[in-house]
Amino acid sequence: MTEAVDLELDCRGLLCPLPVIELARRYCDVPLGGVVAVVTEDPAARVDVPAWCRMRGQEYLGEDTAADGVPRYLVRRTV
Amino acid sequence: MSADVHPCLDAASSEPLHPAAREVFSAAIESGYADPRRLHHDGRRARLLLDNARQSVAESLSVRPDEVTFTTSGTEAVHRGLLGLHRGRAARRHAPADPAAQPSTAPPSTAGPPTVLPSAVEHSAVLHAVDWLRDASGGVAPPTQSAQSIPVTGTGLVTAEAVREAFGTLSAPPTVVAVQHANHEVGTVQPIAEIAEALESLAHQDPAAGQGAPYGPVPLFVDACAGAGRLPLPTGWAALAASAHKWGGPAGVGLLLVRKGARWRNPFPVDDRVDPRTSGFENVPAILAAAAALGAMVAERDELAARQAALVDRIRHQVARLPDVEVVGEPVRRLPHLVTFSCLYVDGEALVGELDRRGLGVASGSACAASTLQPSHVLAAMGSLSHGNVRLSLGRETGADTVEAFLAALPEVLAELRGRVGM
Repeated sequence: MTEAVDLELDCRGLLCPLPVIELARRYCDVPLGGVVAVVTEDPAARVDVPAWCRMRGQEYLGEDTAADGVPRYLVRRTV
Repeated sequence: MSADVHPCLDAASSEPLHPAAREVFSAAIESGYADPRRLHHDGRRARLLLDNARQSVAESLSVRPDEVTFTTSGTEAVHRGLLGLHRGRAARRHAPADPAAQPSTAPPSTAGPPTVLPSAVEHSAVLHAVDWLRDASGGVAPPTQSAQSIPVTGTGLVTAEAVREAFGTLSAPPTVVAVQHANHEVGTVQPIAEIAEALESLAHQDPAAGQGAPYGPVPLFVDACAGAGRLPLPTGWAALAASAHKWGGPAGVGLLLVRKGARWRNPFPVDDRVDPRTSGFENVPAILAAAAALGAMVAERDELAARQAALVDRIRHQVARLPDVEVVGEPVRRLPHLVTFSCLYVDGEALVGELDRRGLGVASGSACAASTLQPSHVLAAMGSLSHGNVRLSLGRETGADTVEAFLAALPEVLAELRGRVGM
């Protein structure tokens, strides 16, 4: 994943649905076209971040890992 | 609270005992206690009751009595059906060309032993059995999203095309393909006959199966636990499993159907009971009650399904109008009594708890409501939201009043739970 991340949300230790709630609260902090990353070990985020993007009309870019190996889910703000 | 004032909206987990089963059950506790293999009076009477139950189930499901096996649960029926087809196929595949030669113990020539190919949305009973086959240590690993499975559409449908494509990715044909009749979590009914036709055509296209093909199409195992009794059974399966407590029979009775002529071999130690496909002392009263419930359910099926489908349509319509709620599964090609939806920003466990506090018992596929803390593999395979998930399923006595009570309570509960997290 080579996307430049504008905002990284540290959701380590948070369980579902808290990482998605954090994403919904904070994605407006980046401009349209900006990229938000959600860092979390929550296994439900792998399903729910893409599902949130679909339901809210945002673009899901995919998954990479943070420096400490925790999964990181990338979202481009499109609306 | 008594059961009367606590209407349960979770009949897909277990349907209350059908009144027709209750009478038969209590009578058969007296008359069906004996060993049906004994030749004395009480033993012959138990055997007669067991044979009657088999005949009755066969008539209810339009199959032959000798295709009917009673097991001790739906899970056991799944395991025996699936693993028995695998064993039958694997034994044939490994058989030496010369039938007079000793049975071969050599491994197959393909890379990795051929195994079962399940759809991605099978019940965990199927996936655990597939893992058990894979895992030489005896199936101690947790159920995985199977390394190789048939993907589904966004509504949870397993298409015949997806089955063909999955075959294309395998180094060798599977021993068995496992596709459920209807999905237990989202209600989607699978095109079993079309999938069976695809397996037929794949067998004809298999170059290795050319002249003197040693075996025919890959057999299809169908887990019908979610829909048996509620919908007519599909066609095209080699073995099929069902569970009595899901159609209003007692718990502790499963049903295994093995098609006449299907290559099935007992995957577990044999027992010297009435039916060589199963083991253990037959629970004649429960089996008889299960058969009575099935007969009653099938007799009232059309009326019940129409009534339930109308109530579910109303729920689907009303729930979809709530903000940030997604109804999942096939809208028309579905079980009549079941509906599933997911609500953004809501904890599934809290949702179940709040509804239960209001006297409405529902199930959830959300990770926080599961002992494994993993999101439902069914919702994951469909790409559906997994948190805030509710599965609501109507019993035969669930009325419009309960549905309306649910529809009145849900917006309040959602507003309250979302308010707690500031959403």
